[in-house]
Amino acid sequence: MPSSPRMSPALASSGNSVTADPDGLTAEGQASETRPPRRAIASLGAWRSDGAARWLFIWPTVLFILVLSLFPLVASLALSLSKLSFRQGGIDLKFIGFANYQQLLLGLERSHFLGVLKSPSPLGWAIVIGTLLLTAYAWTRAVRSGRYGPFGLILRLFAGVLLVGFVWLLVQAMVSEGGRPGSLIVTLIFVVVGIGLQYVLGLGLALLAVQQVPGRRFFRIVFLIPLTITPVGVGYMFLMLTDTSKGPLEPLWVTLGLRDFTWVTDPWLARAAVIIGDTWQWTPFVFIVLLAALESLDQEVREAALADGASRWQAFRHITFPALLPVTTTIILIRLIEGFKIIDMPNILLGGGPGTATQSMTLQAWIDWNTLNLGRSAAVAYLLLILVTIVATLYVNVVRRGVTETV
Amino acid sequence: MSRYRLVAAAIIPILVLTACNAASPSAVPSSAAPSTEASASASASAEATPAASQGDKFKGVSVNLLTFNGPQVAEPLQRRAPDWEQLTGGHVNVVAVGFQTIYDKAILDASTGTNSFDGYVFDPQWLGDFVGPGYLLDLSDRVKGDTQLQWDDIGPFFRDFNATYNGKVYTIPLDGDFHMVYYRSDLLQKDGLKPPATWDDYMTIATKYNGQDLNGDNEPDYGSCIAKKKGAQSYWWIISIAAGLLQGKGTNEGAFFDTGNMNPLFGQNDAMNKALDMYAKTATVGPPDELNMDVGGTRGLFTTGRCALSMDWGDIGTLTPGTYAQDKTGATITPGWKEVLDRSSGKLVPCDANTCPNAVDGVNYAPFASFGGWSGAINAASPKANQDALYDFLSYMSAPAQSGIDVTLGKTGYNPYRTSHFSDTKPWLDAGLSQGAADNYLGAIKSSLQNTNMVLDMRIPLTKRYQQDVLDTAVSQYLAGELDAAAAEQAIADGWNAITDEAGKDAQLAAYVASLGVQR
Repeated sequence: MPSSPRMSPALASSGNSVTADPDGLTAEGQASETRPPRRAIASLGAWRSDGAARWLFIWPTVLFILVLSLFPLVASLALSLSKLSFRQGGIDLKFIGFANYQQLLLGLERSHFLGVLKSPSPLGWAIVIGTLLLTAYAWTRAVRSGRYGPFGLILRLFAGVLLVGFVWLLVQAMVSEGGRPGSLIVTLIFVVVGIGLQYVLGLGLALLAVQQVPGRRFFRIVFLIPLTITPVGVGYMFLMLTDTSKGPLEPLWVTLGLRDFTWVTDPWLARAAVIIGDTWQWTPFVFIVLLAALESLDQEVREAALADGASRWQAFRHITFPALLPVTTTIILIRLIEGFKIIDMPNILLGGGPGTATQSMTLQAWIDWNTLNLGRSAAVAYLLLILVTIVATLYVNVVRRGVTETV
Repeated sequence: MSRYRLVAAAIIPILVLTACNAASPSAVPSSAAPSTEASASASASAEATPAASQGDKFKGVSVNLLTFNGPQVAEPLQRRAPDWEQLTGGHVNVVAVGFQTIYDKAILDASTGTNSFDGYVFDPQWLGDFVGPGYLLDLSDRVKGDTQLQWDDIGPFFRDFNATYNGKVYTIPLDGDFHMVYYRSDLLQKDGLKPPATWDDYMTIATKYNGQDLNGDNEPDYGSCIAKKKGAQSYWWIISIAAGLLQGKGTNEGAFFDTGNMNPLFGQNDAMNKALDMYAKTATVGPPDELNMDVGGTRGLFTTGRCALSMDWGDIGTLTPGTYAQDKTGATITPGWKEVLDRSSGKLVPCDANTCPNAVDGVNYAPFASFGGWSGAINAASPKANQDALYDFLSYMSAPAQSGIDVTLGKTGYNPYRTSHFSDTKPWLDAGLSQGAADNYLGAIKSSLQNTNMVLDMRIPLTKRYQQDVLDTAVSQYLAGELDAAAAEQAIADGWNAITDEAGKDAQLAAYVASLGVQR
């Protein structure tokens, strides 16, 4: 029988003579026998106290979850610093330091992970310098405003440096002669463009579905269907839809004079196909949450504004949209974290191709895993974890907090 | 309640009848069970008799066999397991998983000592990863005296190269895989053209028919259909195209690495320039989205009459019955080249008696045994009773009586690999091929199998990384225009060298030489 810190040794060892007083558990021996019903109830009350509940239920659960969360984290970190090989009756793990990370960021795999980086074009330089100036201006304003403490300013400086660094990477890969984005930038494109589209479409559908129009219950269900389909299924469906030589839409392409059109030879069309499929699947999630938020809004303020002569756009811009901002930031945060893990659509639709045009970080990790390059796969996964953590933390601290304070 | 009783009363007899019907096929020898098998040759049926006499030899023994969930490949194993169980008293539990999962499951199971699988029907390319650590049972002695298996009936290439590693037999072939070129025989016959002998011929024919209506639907069709999707089969075709430029002196010469120093032949040289250029050219006379097609897509296009040419394994031959391409399909050995790589200079030299001793009419053919064919292997750590039972089952599956029928059925994914598969065309006719189509198809396979310059697929440790990671990515990038030929070749060579260095150059060289059967 496990003993609680608040139990006396006597109580812990007394077997069936467990007793307690109102202030805590004590061993009362003989006295307990004279008042058994009351003692039993008091004992039950003690067991139900916060302290006992904490030790018996919360801590084991927390420890269990920590072990479940921490073990894979530690194990994958160790794996990312190792080379794995098989032998009879076991596995050899050889520590190789940061070689896997070096390979991804500076070595052979750099062109796949970061991309092919070339000197920026004049437009690229203009973008980098503009970003640098804007970031410096924003940080200076933050310092002068006096609203932020040292930690807040350091965080904003860090965010600014990261932003400029990322724009520099982006420009070298995409606004340069001969540059090409790697899986890191491709993932960010999927996340930023995909989530942007999903939010705009989800908000539009929610604004439509909240109207008192005939058949709106039917449309609400229809809009939700894509969310119920497994991502693999959605991948195969779009594989058929984008097949222009024998897919179900072939007659449509031919009718439109696009017989030789293909989604899959141009990198940007291929990325667009992935984003369309992902948007089709995840817009319903944004839609359903925004619909619930819209339906819970107090309509009196909006109606008063309309009565006072505000246009519908003004009412939306100044009343409805600000009221949706807290929900908006939460949805975007959830989708951000989820969106970084995109793999099914680019894998099933294009196998990460053409070339490596649609190879996301998760897909790159999966390919490495599949070819038993477990160390490098873990390194990619860890870099993804770091990226998601940075983006989510900055988003929460800089964007979401700003929005909630404004609202 | 009474309503449910009525329903139950109606359902129970139906279930009982169904169960009886389902059970009946397994009560008779396999050669007479399914309708397609009823027509098996008398000799094939007779050969099944020794197995039938084994009675309850493996009574109480249950084995777990890991394989591909196809549904091909697993289908014949699952279909024939009850027959074998009836004959021997043993039990086979076929565990079917996705292709990418087989390797991971098998190697993790063996390396961690879990040993939940008694054997595998897998890709013989993985022998390099499995034989080295001692995960597989040496079958050399067993196959020699096995009258059921008839080892010598298996084609010399599959027997001596595919099933053998470092001089020892580790697998029992159930399938024979190599690439061939398929063509629309009706079109070529009408225009008085010969099947392509060289890759230049291939492009000439493909260009001629590209954009024409090939199946009478008034829609323009394609000159060539070759699956080029990344993460699918794309990297295998480039090996087939390059093979005739890289290997001229027989199978033992090897087409992937220089057997003297382990330098990648898939690096910067004239042979790879030419092969990559040809591979890209075939895409210009193919479907617009060919870069995203796997073999499922190209087979569909060919069998519906939309392609004049295609490169594939033996499967198209058995898929044509009942399609537009039935009796309009011809097969021929993979085209070759009239030049070959001089490995010392990296330049191409004309084929002659010294450079291409196996050339036919000046053309150096190098048919590529890509993948190698599904093969059965046995876990060395399994209990002996399980090893014996599983060996008997694999032997039963490969025996002419069973395999002679399975290789004629498109649903099995198995292609011919035994001499007897070619000598008796009746099962092929029963499967729906005409005599002419069967003769043509088997003739093409025969000419490939008899070619002494056949290219063996890579079978060294970390083969998956060499091919499915580095080669597949670089070829895909080249086809997509992300890399030019020189950059793609450099990427392949750098990637392969990095893997070789990681695994140990000497060890990899020894493994490569062993996989080619070279004795030193």
